[in-house]
Amino acid sequence: MADNYLYFTELLSMPVLDLTGRRIGRAKDAALVPMAHPARIDRFLVGGGDTWLTVRYDQVRSITLVRGIQLSDEQLLPYHDDEYMLRIGRDLLDQQIIDVTGRKVVRVNDVTMTIQHDGQRDILTVAEVDIGIRSILRRLLQGVLTRPAIRRLQQAIPPNSIRWEFANVVEPDPLRRLRLNITYDKLEHMHPADLADIVEDLAPAEREAIFDSIDSEVAADALSEVEDPKMQASILESLEPEKAADIVEEMAPDEAADVLSEMEEETSEEILDEMDSEPKTDVRELLEFAEDTAGGLMNTEYVVLHHNATVADAMAALKGNEDLLETLNTLFLIDEEGRLTAAIPLARLFLAQGESRLQALASETLLQVTVDETQDRVTEFFDKYNLLTLPVVDEEGKLAGVITADDIISVLRQK
Amino acid sequence: MRNLLSRFRYHILVFLAVLGPGFITAMVDNDSGGIYTYSAAGAKYGYLPLWTLLPITVVLIITQEMCSRMGAVTGKGLSDLIREEFGLRITFLLMSLLVLANLTNVMAEFAGVASSLEIFHISRYVSVPLAAVGVWFLVVKGNYTSVEKVFLFASVIYVTYIVSGILVKPDWKEAAINSVRPMLMLDSGYIYMLIGMVGTTIAPWMQFYLQSAVVEKGVTTKDYAASRLEVTVGCIMTNVIAFFIIVACAGAIWSVAPKDINDAAEAALGLKPFGQYAVLLFSAGLLNASIFAASILPLSTAYSVCEGLGFEAGVNRRMSEAPIFYFLYTSLIVVGAGVVLIPGFPLVRMILLSQVANGVLLPFILIFMVLLINKRELMGEWVNPRWFNLASWATVVIMIGLTLALVGITLRTGV
Repeated sequence: MADNYLYFTELLSMPVLDLTGRRIGRAKDAALVPMAHPARIDRFLVGGGDTWLTVRYDQVRSITLVRGIQLSDEQLLPYHDDEYMLRIGRDLLDQQIIDVTGRKVVRVNDVTMTIQHDGQRDILTVAEVDIGIRSILRRLLQGVLTRPAIRRLQQAIPPNSIRWEFANVVEPDPLRRLRLNITYDKLEHMHPADLADIVEDLAPAEREAIFDSIDSEVAADALSEVEDPKMQASILESLEPEKAADIVEEMAPDEAADVLSEMEEETSEEILDEMDSEPKTDVRELLEFAEDTAGGLMNTEYVVLHHNATVADAMAALKGNEDLLETLNTLFLIDEEGRLTAAIPLARLFLAQGESRLQALASETLLQVTVDETQDRVTEFFDKYNLLTLPVVDEEGKLAGVITADDIISVLRQK
Repeated sequence: MRNLLSRFRYHILVFLAVLGPGFITAMVDNDSGGIYTYSAAGAKYGYLPLWTLLPITVVLIITQEMCSRMGAVTGKGLSDLIREEFGLRITFLLMSLLVLANLTNVMAEFAGVASSLEIFHISRYVSVPLAAVGVWFLVVKGNYTSVEKVFLFASVIYVTYIVSGILVKPDWKEAAINSVRPMLMLDSGYIYMLIGMVGTTIAPWMQFYLQSAVVEKGVTTKDYAASRLEVTVGCIMTNVIAFFIIVACAGAIWSVAPKDINDAAEAALGLKPFGQYAVLLFSAGLLNASIFAASILPLSTAYSVCEGLGFEAGVNRRMSEAPIFYFLYTSLIVVGAGVVLIPGFPLVRMILLSQVANGVLLPFILIFMVLLINKRELMGEWVNPRWFNLASWATVVIMIGLTLALVGITLRTGV
């Protein structure tokens, strides 16, 4: 079992022998048919005479480094391109793929396959995608030195490869993606920030392909993490308005408004039209404010109660807003006219009785800014008073939204 | 009316948003080698060579436009595309040549730093190490946006040439006539000079840098029109600067006595009769151009090589994440600056060698560019229109012819 693996570069131009041991041609490419099996080499493409021939995996008897590919069946069909085939040489080699565990985009230099004998025939299975210097050396030397000599020579360099299961091919064409059974499910389990990094490394068409096919909620999280607002906008613009609207609905309203304000009005209107009415109103309101004011920074995701409410009321309100809980740290009280009267640090609720009034738990001083306050002043506020959340009010003192520390961090990062 | 005004404002904003890549690339084209070539042309032949600037501008625009279009449409760098379409071996070969050519270019830039500051009696043992360290930190510690701002500012400094050209009080009428009247002489020195002027205009590295910068900037097909305008304006500005360099040397040196000059610093000293400001401005321009090119060349080389060969690249990555990128970048600066400090190092010969390497590389790059931009699966509707293809191929043939001629003459006379 010394030779139980084979590199794709070694397979290329390997002789293909018929039943009598006569050479009928050389291997030109190999292909997976992902619908049939995710990793097994299903077809070998053989070039000899004028046309290429297709060898199915079950027509092969043995594959060895020294002798080449020996067939067990000579009824070969001429090759014609079929869309269910992922050709290693054409579609994989030299292209970019996503390394799901390493969380980055890499370029394929070579592919390592294992050879297994199942009793009747040798079967090649794609095991690893090679990305390091070792595989570059192998590619460069192929055909210059003999295959065994290259294997000896490369020993000096440590291998660098990723397992095939953790590699994700990126296919921009939706039809071909479907036929090749390529999904981006694996990406959905990544941290949104990692996914955003990957997406930033890809070309626009590929970005679009990923956002088009992953779940809207994941897409929204990842899109929020993309740092360049221009890139965020161009990703959304490239999608169908319905899909873009689904993603925008899942985003925090302030972030959604930021992205939409980067777009041309025509396109952002198209997306807004497709949105559900509730998030749409929130986003529309936020869009009214200039980007570098408190109004442009704030979001409308907060929990607000009447100023006579009790701790029990607060608990009930929180139950209705479970999607906010992960980041929520302050509750707000308003009077009959909707004017802000108090801010309650969430942690104080734990120390209070159910029937006690929320007002009693309020912060001593109520810090607030108006919607047209400048971004710089708001940042100063956060720094000076060590804030996590700052309420924003309109001219009449009505609560309009809140600014959270993560918004301020984004502002500072962009400077 | 108001609508028109706001449309106009919108266009200006889009233009400013894409401003950078094309302008910077075109400006760096006037590096220390370019300035020397133009100075020598003006000092020896006066206003006669001015007519070449018009065709040079056209050729420059045609090639630069193709690169920025490919960047905007595919979202990939030139070396990425060459790797994906032409395979690893060709990429490796091209990248090796690119490193060689650019390394010698970097040497020439640091030599420019040394000689421009030696006019002010600053020893090269002070100026060159300082410049090298400064360049390294600027790029490694800055981010793309801030570095680009520094570069754009550096582009503005080229104005010094316009001012020094005016200070010299050249014969404007003569200059104007010669700008549009082609003048050929069967004098081997004159022909060599013409070829040199065209040859230094389009360098291989520019194509890689421009395309990557367009991608990095996030220019898409939507704002491509503005990007094309930017490239065109940049190319025209570059040749306006070249015009003033030639005119300054023609007015100051040639009109007194035509002579051969050996480096750009000598040209600066030739401006002495017109006051110290003329000298100061001319050498400040040279220093700026040298440092500018010395910052961009190593960076662009490291990027192109790593992208093409599939290594992690980018100044936003940590050194442990992108070791090969930082190794290449640092070595180019260290070696490029280091050799200038070695007494008796055959610098002139190295610079001639760089012209040869550039000349060998350029035909491949240009041919690959035209092939790539005609691939419909890459460019979609943005492939070259037919008439543009004619112009592109004509440009390629002319450039290859001239460059090979330059290489031929260099090899015969120089080494």
